[in-house]
Amino acid sequence: MNLHIDWGILWQESPTGDGPYWQLLLTGLQWTAATALSGWVIALIIGAVVGVVRTAPIRTLALLGDAYVEVFRNIPFLVQLFFWFFVLPEMLPKAAGDWMKQDMPRPEFITAAVGLGLFTAARVAEQVKSGILSLSRGQKNAGLALGLTLPQTYRHVLLPMAFRIVIPPLTSEFMNTFKNSAVALAIGLTELTFQMKQMVEYSNQVIITIFAVTVLYMVMALAVNRLMAWIERKARVPGMIAGGGK
Amino acid sequence: MSRFLGIDWQLIADNHEILLGGLQYSLTLTASSMAVGIVLGCLLALARLSSITPLRLFAAGYVNLFRSIPLVLVIFWFYFLLPFFGFKLGPDKSVFITFAIFEAAYYCEIIRAGIQSISKGQVGAAQALGLTYAQSMRYIILPQALRNMLPLLLTQTVVLFQDTSLVTIIGIKDFMGANVVVASNNGALKEMYTFAALAYFCVCFPLSMLLKKLHKRIAVIR
Repeated sequence: MNLHIDWGILWQESPTGDGPYWQLLLTGLQWTAATALSGWVIALIIGAVVGVVRTAPIRTLALLGDAYVEVFRNIPFLVQLFFWFFVLPEMLPKAAGDWMKQDMPRPEFITAAVGLGLFTAARVAEQVKSGILSLSRGQKNAGLALGLTLPQTYRHVLLPMAFRIVIPPLTSEFMNTFKNSAVALAIGLTELTFQMKQMVEYSNQVIITIFAVTVLYMVMALAVNRLMAWIERKARVPGMIAGGGK
Repeated sequence: MSRFLGIDWQLIADNHEILLGGLQYSLTLTASSMAVGIVLGCLLALARLSSITPLRLFAAGYVNLFRSIPLVLVIFWFYFLLPFFGFKLGPDKSVFITFAIFEAAYYCEIIRAGIQSISKGQVGAAQALGLTYAQSMRYIILPQALRNMLPLLLTQTVVLFQDTSLVTIIGIKDFMGANVVVASNNGALKEMYTFAALAYFCVCFPLSMLLKKLHKRIAVIR
Protein backbone atom coordinates (compact mmCIF):
# COMPACT_ATOMS: atom_id res chain seq x y z
CA MET A 1 0.00 0.00 0.00
CA ASN A 2 1.50 3.26 -1.11
CA LEU A 3 -0.16 6.10 0.72
CA HIS A 4 2.61 8.50 -0.15
CA ILE A 5 1.06 11.20 -2.34
CA ASP A 6 3.54 12.40 -4.90
CA TRP A 7 2.15 14.86 -7.42
CA GLY A 8 5.45 14.71 -9.30
CA ILE A 9 4.18 11.49 -10.85
CA LEU A 10 2.15 13.55 -13.30
CA TRP A 11 5.37 14.86 -14.82
CA GLN A 12 7.05 11.47 -15.03
CA GLU A 13 7.43 9.78 -18.36
CA SER A 14 4.80 7.06 -18.92
CA PRO A 15 5.92 3.72 -20.39
CA THR A 16 3.16 3.89 -23.01
CA GLY A 17 5.21 6.28 -25.13
CA ASP A 18 2.63 9.05 -24.88
CA GLY A 19 4.93 11.39 -22.96
CA PRO A 20 4.51 12.25 -19.30
CA TYR A 21 1.44 11.04 -17.41
CA TRP A 22 -0.33 14.39 -17.52
CA GLN A 23 -0.23 14.13 -21.27
CA LEU A 24 -1.68 10.64 -21.09
CA LEU A 25 -4.64 12.05 -19.18
CA LEU A 26 -4.93 15.02 -21.52
CA THR A 27 -5.16 12.69 -24.54
CA GLY A 28 -7.88 10.81 -22.70
CA LEU A 29 -9.71 14.04 -21.95
CA GLN A 30 -9.57 15.02 -25.61
CA TRP A 31 -10.99 11.70 -26.78
CA THR A 32 -13.72 11.87 -24.16
CA ALA A 33 -14.67 15.39 -25.24
CA ALA A 34 -14.44 14.54 -28.95
CA THR A 35 -16.62 11.43 -28.54
CA ALA A 36 -19.17 13.16 -26.34
CA LEU A 37 -19.45 16.25 -28.53
CA SER A 38 -19.73 14.41 -31.85
CA GLY A 39 -22.14 11.96 -30.23
CA TRP A 40 -24.21 14.88 -29.00
CA VAL A 41 -24.41 16.49 -32.44
CA ILE A 42 -25.56 13.20 -33.98
CA ALA A 43 -28.04 12.73 -31.12
CA LEU A 44 -29.53 16.19 -31.57
CA ILE A 45 -30.05 15.75 -35.31
CA ILE A 46 -31.47 12.22 -35.20
CA GLY A 47 -33.34 12.91 -31.96
CA ALA A 48 -35.05 15.97 -33.42
CA VAL A 49 -36.11 14.05 -36.53
CA VAL A 50 -37.36 11.03 -34.60
CA GLY A 51 -39.10 13.24 -32.03
CA VAL A 52 -40.90 15.22 -34.72
CA VAL A 53 -41.88 12.12 -36.64
CA ARG A 54 -43.44 10.61 -33.50
CA THR A 55 -45.84 13.55 -33.20
CA ALA A 56 -46.59 13.83 -36.91
CA PRO A 57 -49.87 12.56 -38.34
CA ILE A 58 -48.27 9.88 -40.52
CA ARG A 59 -48.97 6.70 -38.63
CA THR A 60 -46.33 4.41 -40.10
CA LEU A 61 -43.61 6.97 -39.49
CA ALA A 62 -44.80 7.60 -35.93
CA LEU A 63 -44.70 3.87 -35.24
CA LEU A 64 -41.20 3.62 -36.68
CA GLY A 65 -40.15 6.49 -34.44
CA ASP A 66 -41.61 4.75 -31.39
CA ALA A 67 -39.85 1.54 -32.35
CA TYR A 68 -36.52 3.37 -32.66
CA VAL A 69 -36.87 4.82 -29.18
CA GLU A 70 -37.89 1.53 -27.58
CA VAL A 71 -35.08 -0.44 -29.21
CA PHE A 72 -32.37 2.01 -28.22
CA ARG A 73 -33.69 2.52 -24.70
CA ASN A 74 -34.10 -1.12 -23.82
CA ILE A 75 -30.67 -2.45 -24.75
CA PRO A 76 -27.69 -1.50 -22.57
CA PHE A 77 -25.27 0.92 -24.20
CA LEU A 78 -22.34 -1.48 -23.77
CA VAL A 79 -24.23 -4.16 -25.69
CA GLN A 80 -25.11 -1.65 -28.42
CA LEU A 81 -21.45 -0.69 -28.79
CA PHE A 82 -20.38 -4.33 -29.03
CA PHE A 83 -23.04 -4.83 -31.64
CA TRP A 84 -21.87 -1.92 -33.81
CA PHE A 85 -18.23 -2.80 -33.35
CA PHE A 86 -18.23 -6.58 -33.74
CA VAL A 87 -21.49 -7.55 -35.40
CA LEU A 88 -22.29 -4.80 -37.90
CA PRO A 89 -19.21 -5.35 -40.14
CA GLU A 90 -20.22 -9.03 -40.42
CA MET A 91 -23.78 -8.21 -41.41
CA LEU A 92 -23.00 -5.67 -44.12
CA PRO A 93 -22.18 -6.66 -47.69
CA LYS A 94 -18.66 -8.04 -47.77
CA ALA A 95 -16.99 -4.99 -49.32
CA ALA A 96 -18.51 -2.58 -46.79
CA GLY A 97 -17.76 -4.91 -43.87
CA ASP A 98 -14.15 -5.29 -44.94
CA TRP A 99 -13.83 -1.55 -45.27
CA MET A 100 -15.15 -1.08 -41.72
CA LYS A 101 -12.74 -3.65 -40.37
CA GLN A 102 -9.63 -2.61 -42.29
CA ASP A 103 -9.78 0.85 -43.79
CA MET A 104 -12.14 2.88 -41.65
CA PRO A 105 -10.00 5.49 -39.90
CA ARG A 106 -10.06 5.37 -36.08
CA PRO A 107 -12.68 2.62 -35.90
CA GLU A 108 -13.07 2.79 -32.09
CA PHE A 109 -13.70 6.51 -32.17
CA ILE A 110 -16.17 6.48 -35.05
CA THR A 111 -18.05 3.51 -33.60
CA ALA A 112 -18.16 5.12 -30.16
CA ALA A 113 -19.30 8.52 -31.44
CA VAL A 114 -21.97 7.15 -33.78
CA GLY A 115 -23.09 4.53 -31.25
CA LEU A 116 -23.34 7.13 -28.52
CA GLY A 117 -25.21 9.43 -30.91
CA LEU A 118 -27.76 6.79 -31.83
CA PHE A 119 -28.20 5.79 -28.18
CA THR A 120 -28.65 9.36 -26.95
CA ALA A 121 -30.90 10.22 -29.90
CA ALA A 122 -33.60 7.98 -28.45
CA ARG A 123 -33.56 10.00 -25.23
CA VAL A 124 -33.47 13.31 -27.10
CA ALA A 125 -36.40 12.14 -29.23
CA GLU A 126 -38.37 11.39 -26.08
CA GLN A 127 -37.73 14.91 -24.76
CA VAL A 128 -38.48 16.59 -28.10
CA LYS A 129 -41.73 14.69 -28.36
CA SER A 130 -42.83 15.66 -24.87
CA GLY A 131 -41.80 19.25 -25.61
CA ILE A 132 -43.96 19.36 -28.72
CA LEU A 133 -46.88 17.69 -26.93
CA SER A 134 -46.63 20.20 -24.08
CA LEU A 135 -47.48 23.04 -26.47
CA SER A 136 -51.15 23.90 -26.66
CA ARG A 137 -52.99 22.59 -29.71
CA GLY A 138 -53.83 26.17 -30.55
CA GLN A 139 -50.24 26.85 -31.59
CA LYS A 140 -50.30 24.20 -34.28
CA ASN A 141 -53.78 25.16 -35.43
CA ALA A 142 -52.86 28.82 -35.54
CA GLY A 143 -49.86 28.01 -37.69
CA LEU A 144 -51.99 25.97 -40.07
CA ALA A 145 -54.71 28.64 -40.12
CA LEU A 146 -52.12 31.20 -41.19
CA GLY A 147 -51.62 29.08 -44.28
CA LEU A 148 -48.32 27.49 -43.25
CA THR A 149 -47.86 23.91 -44.37
CA LEU A 150 -47.35 21.30 -41.65
CA PRO A 151 -43.56 21.23 -42.11
CA GLN A 152 -43.48 25.02 -41.98
CA THR A 153 -45.59 25.00 -38.80
CA TYR A 154 -43.07 22.64 -37.24
CA ARG A 155 -40.12 24.66 -38.45
CA HIS A 156 -41.35 28.13 -37.50
CA VAL A 157 -43.88 27.61 -34.71
CA LEU A 158 -43.61 24.32 -32.83
CA LEU A 159 -39.92 23.42 -32.81
CA PRO A 160 -38.54 26.81 -31.72
CA MET A 161 -40.86 26.63 -28.72
CA ALA A 162 -40.41 22.95 -28.01
CA PHE A 163 -36.63 23.09 -28.05
CA ARG A 164 -36.53 25.93 -25.59
CA ILE A 165 -38.93 24.18 -23.25
CA VAL A 166 -36.85 21.01 -23.17
CA ILE A 167 -33.49 22.67 -22.53
CA PRO A 168 -33.37 21.57 -18.85
CA PRO A 169 -33.87 17.83 -19.58
CA LEU A 170 -31.54 18.13 -22.56
CA THR A 171 -28.90 19.51 -20.21
CA SER A 172 -28.81 16.28 -18.30
CA GLU A 173 -28.76 14.27 -21.54
CA PHE A 174 -25.80 16.35 -22.71
CA MET A 175 -24.01 15.62 -19.44
CA ASN A 176 -24.88 11.96 -19.91
CA THR A 177 -23.05 11.85 -23.24
CA PHE A 178 -19.83 12.73 -21.40
CA LYS A 179 -20.47 10.08 -18.78
CA ASN A 180 -21.56 7.42 -21.26
CA SER A 181 -18.52 7.98 -23.46
CA ALA A 182 -16.53 6.15 -20.77
CA VAL A 183 -18.23 2.90 -21.82
CA ALA A 184 -16.28 3.12 -25.09
CA LEU A 185 -13.16 1.93 -23.29
CA ALA A 186 -14.65 -1.53 -23.77
CA ILE A 187 -14.01 -1.28 -27.51
CA GLY A 188 -10.54 0.16 -26.96
CA LEU A 189 -11.10 3.90 -27.24
CA THR A 190 -8.33 5.62 -25.24
CA GLU A 191 -10.68 7.99 -23.50
CA LEU A 192 -10.21 9.34 -19.99
CA THR A 193 -11.23 6.29 -17.95
CA PHE A 194 -9.13 4.05 -20.21
CA GLN A 195 -6.11 6.31 -19.58
CA MET A 196 -6.83 6.26 -15.86
CA LYS A 197 -6.74 2.49 -15.93
CA GLN A 198 -3.42 2.56 -17.79
CA MET A 199 -1.92 5.12 -15.45
CA VAL A 200 -2.95 3.16 -12.35
CA GLU A 201 -1.50 -0.01 -13.79
CA TYR A 202 1.82 1.54 -14.83
CA SER A 203 2.45 4.07 -12.08
CA ASN A 204 0.74 2.36 -9.14
CA GLN A 205 -0.28 5.82 -7.91
CA VAL A 206 -3.90 4.85 -7.29
CA ILE A 207 -5.03 7.81 -5.21
CA ILE A 208 -3.59 10.62 -7.33
CA THR A 209 -4.74 9.08 -10.59
CA ILE A 210 -8.28 8.46 -9.43
CA PHE A 211 -8.46 11.90 -7.85
CA ALA A 212 -7.19 13.68 -10.96
CA VAL A 213 -9.53 11.85 -13.31
CA THR A 214 -12.55 12.32 -11.05
CA VAL A 215 -11.86 16.05 -10.88
CA LEU A 216 -11.57 16.21 -14.67
CA TYR A 217 -14.97 14.53 -15.10
CA MET A 218 -16.54 16.88 -12.56
CA VAL A 219 -15.09 19.90 -14.33
CA MET A 220 -16.55 18.69 -17.63
CA ALA A 221 -19.95 18.14 -16.01
CA LEU A 222 -19.85 21.59 -14.47
CA ALA A 223 -18.80 23.21 -17.75
CA VAL A 224 -21.66 21.57 -19.65
CA ASN A 225 -24.06 22.51 -16.91
CA ARG A 226 -23.00 26.20 -16.94
CA LEU A 227 -23.04 26.32 -20.74
CA MET A 228 -26.56 24.95 -20.89
CA ALA A 229 -27.72 27.30 -18.12
CA TRP A 230 -26.38 30.18 -20.19
CA ILE A 231 -28.15 28.93 -23.32
CA GLU A 232 -31.29 28.48 -21.28
CA ARG A 233 -31.16 32.09 -20.12
CA LYS A 234 -30.47 33.36 -23.63
CA ALA A 235 -33.21 31.26 -25.16
CA ARG A 236 -35.84 31.99 -22.54
CA VAL A 237 -39.26 32.61 -24.01
CA PRO A 238 -40.39 35.99 -22.68
CA GLY A 239 -43.48 35.71 -20.56
CA MET A 240 -43.13 32.04 -19.70
CA ILE A 241 -42.84 31.15 -16.03
CA ALA A 242 -40.01 28.63 -15.96
CA GLY A 243 -37.10 31.03 -16.23
CA GLY A 244 -33.57 29.77 -16.79
CA GLY A 245 -30.44 30.09 -14.81
CA LYS A 246 -31.27 28.56 -11.38
CA MET B 1 -32.58 -25.94 -38.55
CA SER B 2 -31.32 -24.46 -35.35
CA ARG B 3 -30.60 -21.13 -37.02
CA PHE B 4 -33.08 -18.32 -36.61
CA LEU B 5 -32.50 -14.55 -36.66
CA GLY B 6 -28.89 -15.25 -37.63
CA ILE B 7 -28.20 -17.00 -34.35
CA ASP B 8 -27.11 -20.59 -33.90
CA TRP B 9 -29.50 -21.58 -31.11
CA GLN B 10 -27.71 -24.89 -30.62
CA LEU B 11 -24.71 -22.87 -29.40
CA ILE B 12 -26.95 -21.07 -26.91
CA ALA B 13 -28.44 -24.33 -25.73
CA ASP B 14 -24.98 -25.89 -25.30
CA ASN B 15 -23.90 -22.97 -23.16
CA HIS B 16 -27.11 -22.40 -21.28
CA GLU B 17 -25.46 -23.05 -17.92
CA ILE B 18 -22.94 -20.24 -18.08
CA LEU B 19 -25.51 -17.89 -19.65
CA LEU B 20 -28.11 -18.60 -16.98
CA GLY B 21 -25.44 -18.21 -14.32
CA GLY B 22 -24.61 -14.81 -15.78
CA LEU B 23 -28.26 -13.81 -15.86
CA GLN B 24 -28.62 -14.86 -12.26
CA TYR B 25 -25.60 -12.75 -11.30
CA SER B 26 -27.04 -9.71 -13.12
CA LEU B 27 -30.43 -10.12 -11.45
CA THR B 28 -28.89 -10.58 -7.99
CA LEU B 29 -26.76 -7.49 -8.48
CA THR B 30 -29.80 -5.53 -9.65
CA ALA B 31 -31.98 -6.66 -6.76
CA SER B 32 -29.41 -6.03 -4.07
CA SER B 33 -28.40 -2.61 -5.44
CA MET B 34 -32.04 -1.67 -5.68
CA ALA B 35 -32.76 -2.70 -2.09
CA VAL B 36 -29.67 -1.08 -0.57
CA GLY B 37 -29.85 1.85 -2.99
CA ILE B 38 -33.43 2.69 -2.06
CA VAL B 39 -32.73 2.53 1.68
CA LEU B 40 -29.57 4.64 1.35
CA GLY B 41 -31.33 6.92 -1.11
CA CYS B 42 -34.18 7.42 1.32
CA LEU B 43 -31.77 8.41 4.11
CA LEU B 44 -29.93 10.74 1.73
CA ALA B 45 -33.19 12.33 0.62
CA LEU B 46 -34.18 12.97 4.24
CA ALA B 47 -30.71 14.43 4.83
CA ARG B 48 -31.04 16.67 1.76
CA LEU B 49 -34.34 18.00 3.05
CA SER B 50 -33.24 18.25 6.67
CA SER B 51 -32.83 21.54 8.51
CA ILE B 52 -29.38 20.52 9.78
CA THR B 53 -26.93 22.27 7.45
CA PRO B 54 -23.93 19.87 7.59
CA LEU B 55 -26.22 16.91 6.87
CA ARG B 56 -27.82 18.76 3.98
CA LEU B 57 -24.47 19.75 2.51
CA PHE B 58 -23.08 16.24 2.84
CA ALA B 59 -26.06 14.73 1.06
CA ALA B 60 -26.00 17.36 -1.69
CA GLY B 61 -22.27 16.79 -2.19
CA TYR B 62 -22.73 13.03 -2.33
CA VAL B 63 -25.52 13.21 -4.87
CA ASN B 64 -23.81 15.79 -7.08
CA LEU B 65 -20.53 13.89 -7.05
CA PHE B 66 -22.03 10.59 -8.14
CA ARG B 67 -24.34 12.18 -10.66
CA SER B 68 -21.53 13.96 -12.45
CA ILE B 69 -19.12 11.06 -12.95
CA PRO B 70 -19.55 7.93 -15.09
CA LEU B 71 -20.55 4.65 -13.49
CA VAL B 72 -17.61 3.01 -15.27
CA LEU B 73 -15.28 5.33 -13.38
CA VAL B 74 -16.88 4.44 -10.05
CA ILE B 75 -16.58 0.75 -10.88
CA PHE B 76 -12.86 1.30 -11.38
CA TRP B 77 -12.61 3.35 -8.15
CA PHE B 78 -13.64 0.39 -6.09
CA TYR B 79 -11.88 -2.09 -8.35
CA PHE B 80 -8.56 -0.33 -7.62
CA LEU B 81 -9.16 1.20 -4.20
CA LEU B 82 -10.49 -1.75 -2.24
CA PRO B 83 -7.41 -3.94 -2.88
CA PHE B 84 -5.24 -0.85 -2.38
CA PHE B 85 -6.59 -0.42 1.12
CA GLY B 86 -6.21 -4.12 1.79
CA PHE B 87 -9.78 -5.37 1.30
CA LYS B 88 -9.53 -8.65 -0.57
CA LEU B 89 -13.13 -9.00 -1.66
CA GLY B 90 -12.61 -9.73 -5.32
CA PRO B 91 -14.31 -7.73 -8.08
CA ASP B 92 -17.44 -9.86 -8.29
CA LYS B 93 -18.28 -9.03 -4.67
CA SER B 94 -16.99 -5.47 -4.56
CA VAL B 95 -19.28 -4.30 -7.38
CA PHE B 96 -22.19 -4.96 -5.05
CA ILE B 97 -20.87 -2.11 -2.91
CA THR B 98 -20.13 0.04 -5.97
CA PHE B 99 -23.62 -0.25 -7.37
CA ALA B 100 -25.41 0.31 -4.06
CA ILE B 101 -23.38 3.46 -3.38
CA PHE B 102 -23.73 4.77 -6.92
CA GLU B 103 -27.42 4.05 -7.38
CA ALA B 104 -28.27 5.56 -3.99
CA ALA B 105 -27.53 8.99 -5.49
CA TYR B 106 -30.05 8.44 -8.28
CA TYR B 107 -32.71 6.93 -6.02
CA CYS B 108 -32.17 9.84 -3.62
CA GLU B 109 -33.19 12.39 -6.24
CA ILE B 110 -36.32 10.43 -7.15
CA ILE B 111 -37.30 10.05 -3.49
CA ARG B 112 -36.60 13.70 -2.77
CA ALA B 113 -38.87 14.76 -5.62
CA GLY B 114 -41.49 12.34 -4.28
CA ILE B 115 -41.33 13.81 -0.79
CA GLN B 116 -41.45 17.34 -2.17
CA SER B 117 -44.56 16.45 -4.19
CA ILE B 118 -46.51 16.11 -0.93
CA SER B 119 -48.15 19.38 -0.02
CA LYS B 120 -46.76 21.37 2.92
CA GLY B 121 -50.19 21.27 4.55
CA GLN B 122 -49.73 17.56 5.21
CA VAL B 123 -46.58 18.19 7.24
CA GLY B 124 -48.33 20.97 9.11
CA ALA B 125 -51.33 18.77 9.81
CA ALA B 126 -49.10 15.99 11.13
CA GLN B 127 -47.33 18.41 13.43
CA ALA B 128 -50.62 19.86 14.61
CA LEU B 129 -51.75 16.34 15.52
CA GLY B 130 -48.68 16.10 17.73
CA LEU B 131 -46.75 13.57 15.63
CA THR B 132 -42.99 13.67 15.90
CA TYR B 133 -40.83 14.13 12.79
CA ALA B 134 -40.20 10.39 12.54
CA GLN B 135 -43.88 9.58 12.99
CA SER B 136 -45.05 12.07 10.40
CA MET B 137 -42.50 10.74 7.90
CA ARG B 138 -43.40 7.13 8.68
CA TYR B 139 -47.20 7.45 8.67
CA ILE B 140 -48.01 10.52 6.58
CA ILE B 141 -45.32 11.62 4.13
CA LEU B 142 -43.43 8.53 3.00
CA PRO B 143 -46.45 6.30 2.25
CA GLN B 144 -47.91 8.95 -0.05
CA ALA B 145 -44.57 9.92 -1.53
CA LEU B 146 -43.70 6.30 -2.24
CA ARG B 147 -46.92 5.87 -4.16
CA ASN B 148 -46.22 8.90 -6.34
CA MET B 149 -42.68 7.89 -7.09
CA LEU B 150 -43.15 4.14 -7.52
CA PRO B 151 -43.13 4.19 -11.34
CA LEU B 152 -39.98 6.30 -11.39
CA LEU B 153 -38.23 4.06 -8.83
CA LEU B 154 -39.04 1.01 -10.95
CA THR B 155 -37.98 2.74 -14.17
CA GLN B 156 -34.66 3.54 -12.51
CA THR B 157 -34.39 -0.14 -11.63
CA VAL B 158 -34.74 -1.13 -15.29
CA VAL B 159 -31.96 1.35 -16.07
CA LEU B 160 -29.97 -0.19 -13.23
CA PHE B 161 -30.44 -3.66 -14.71
CA GLN B 162 -29.05 -2.39 -18.01
CA ASP B 163 -26.18 -0.70 -16.19
CA THR B 164 -25.13 -3.95 -14.52
CA SER B 165 -23.85 -5.03 -17.96
CA LEU B 166 -20.94 -2.63 -17.35
CA VAL B 167 -19.32 -5.02 -14.87
CA THR B 168 -18.30 -7.01 -17.96
CA ILE B 169 -15.55 -4.39 -18.34
CA ILE B 170 -13.74 -5.62 -15.23
CA GLY B 171 -14.10 -9.22 -16.34
CA ILE B 172 -17.08 -10.32 -14.27
CA LYS B 173 -19.32 -12.98 -15.74
CA ASP B 174 -22.64 -11.22 -15.50
CA PHE B 175 -25.10 -11.90 -18.33
CA MET B 176 -23.14 -9.82 -20.85
CA GLY B 177 -19.86 -11.15 -19.47
CA ALA B 178 -21.10 -14.70 -19.98
CA ASN B 179 -21.96 -13.83 -23.58
CA VAL B 180 -18.46 -12.46 -24.10
CA VAL B 181 -16.94 -15.68 -22.74
CA VAL B 182 -19.10 -17.93 -24.93
CA ALA B 183 -18.45 -15.64 -27.91
CA SER B 184 -14.68 -15.79 -27.62
CA ASN B 185 -14.53 -19.50 -26.75
CA ASN B 186 -16.52 -20.38 -29.85
CA GLY B 187 -15.42 -17.64 -32.21
CA ALA B 188 -19.03 -16.56 -32.40
CA LEU B 189 -18.90 -12.82 -31.70
CA LYS B 190 -21.60 -11.97 -34.21
CA GLU B 191 -24.06 -14.53 -32.91
CA MET B 192 -23.54 -14.04 -29.19
CA TYR B 193 -23.64 -10.25 -29.28
CA THR B 194 -26.80 -10.33 -31.38
CA PHE B 195 -28.24 -12.77 -28.88
CA ALA B 196 -27.23 -10.54 -25.95
CA ALA B 197 -28.90 -7.50 -27.52
CA LEU B 198 -32.07 -9.51 -28.19
CA ALA B 199 -32.11 -10.97 -24.70
CA TYR B 200 -31.72 -7.62 -22.95
CA PHE B 201 -34.44 -6.19 -25.15
CA CYS B 202 -36.79 -9.08 -24.37
CA VAL B 203 -36.34 -8.49 -20.64
CA CYS B 204 -36.40 -4.68 -20.60
CA PHE B 205 -39.01 -3.88 -23.23
CA PRO B 206 -42.00 -5.61 -21.57
CA LEU B 207 -40.97 -4.14 -18.22
CA SER B 208 -40.80 -0.64 -19.70
CA MET B 209 -44.24 -1.09 -21.26
CA LEU B 210 -45.70 -2.29 -17.95
CA LEU B 211 -44.17 0.67 -16.14
CA LYS B 212 -45.65 3.08 -18.66
CA LYS B 213 -49.09 1.64 -17.89
CA LEU B 214 -48.45 1.84 -14.15
CA HIS B 215 -47.34 5.45 -14.53
CA LYS B 216 -50.58 6.37 -16.25
CA ARG B 217 -52.72 4.55 -13.69
CA ILE B 218 -51.04 6.13 -10.70
CA ALA B 219 -51.17 9.54 -12.30
CA VAL B 220 -54.92 9.17 -12.84
CA ILE B 221 -55.66 8.10 -9.27
CA ARG B 222 -53.68 11.00 -7.89
